[in-house]
Amino acid sequence: MTCQDHKDLMMAYLDGELDESQRKAFEEHLASCPACAQEMKEFTKLKQVTDSVTLVEPEDRLWEQYWGGVYNRIERNIGWTLFSVAGILLAIYAGFKAIEDLVRDPAVGLLLKIGLLVLIAGLAILFVSILRERIYFWSKDRYKDVRR
Amino acid sequence: MNSLCDDNTVAVVGSRQSPREAFEIIVKRHMKDAYFIALGLVGNREDALELSQEAFYRAYRHYDQLKEKGKFFPWFYQILRNLCFSHLRKRKVRRTGSLDDADGTPGEPQIADCFDPGMVAERNEAKDRVWKAISRLDEKHREVIILRHFRNLSYEEMAKVLFCNRGTVTSRLYYARKRLKEILDREKGGQPQ
Repeated sequence: MTCQDHKDLMMAYLDGELDESQRKAFEEHLASCPACAQEMKEFTKLKQVTDSVTLVEPEDRLWEQYWGGVYNRIERNIGWTLFSVAGILLAIYAGFKAIEDLVRDPAVGLLLKIGLLVLIAGLAILFVSILRERIYFWSKDRYKDVRR
Repeated sequence: MNSLCDDNTVAVVGSRQSPREAFEIIVKRHMKDAYFIALGLVGNREDALELSQEAFYRAYRHYDQLKEKGKFFPWFYQILRNLCFSHLRKRKVRRTGSLDDADGTPGEPQIADCFDPGMVAERNEAKDRVWKAISRLDEKHREVIILRHFRNLSYEEMAKVLFCNRGTVTSRLYYARKRLKEILDREKGGQPQ
């Protein structure tokens, strides 16, 4: 084994992740290789310093309220979804009513009525086209089910 | 014994309770790991709390995509780390923008600037230096240090949450520690970063 191979074992040795035979083999190498022994010494010192750093444990209140924070997000998402769906439905209904009133209003000129209807037809075609394209690409996406 | 990466909590609770109640148990089991990992990655308490809770919320929304329900934590960890790293990138962009506005020169903000030294327990100069040096590691190196030193994950567990093999974990830890040592040595020598 080369020193490079032993470098890979160095971390596992440091973290107590080697089995007995690997540990012994590595210690034999350390005894015969001053460069690796020096590096090992430095890493051991670094590990001791790093292990001495601990993070502040928050007060119990944070853990008691933690689930509440997650639940609020879940609940608000349901609220926003219902609100958005209802908003879209109401907007579509109001739009149709407004157009219906406009088309039935004898005071409104014929040209304006035709223009409005053509505009709506154009928007509908655009919407259907984009939706169809999205569905097509989504169904052909080879990676859509790839989850790590 | 339930390890962090292979637990049967999901299977046990899932059969008896409503999905929301079952998820509450999962959250309570993993909330400390999620919070402390996020804290190690983003460096301050408010962001860590916000991001870890957001990660649980996203996990709840996409729970049906988790194929092996007993492998919740590795899957959840991917959501959490992506959120944390994307948060750091956004913060970096925002800060660069604000520095540009302030003096008209492009700024080079450091993630380290956002790491709160008050997050270290029983502080002293040496510990502060280590915390600061950790914040200066790049994302891949910082995460292995956090998982190993702050959550005490074994190499096997780290390989599972990082979706890589044990050899990659060993090698990443080697270079992370080497880089950490370089940063600490440079600071000790009084050279500017």
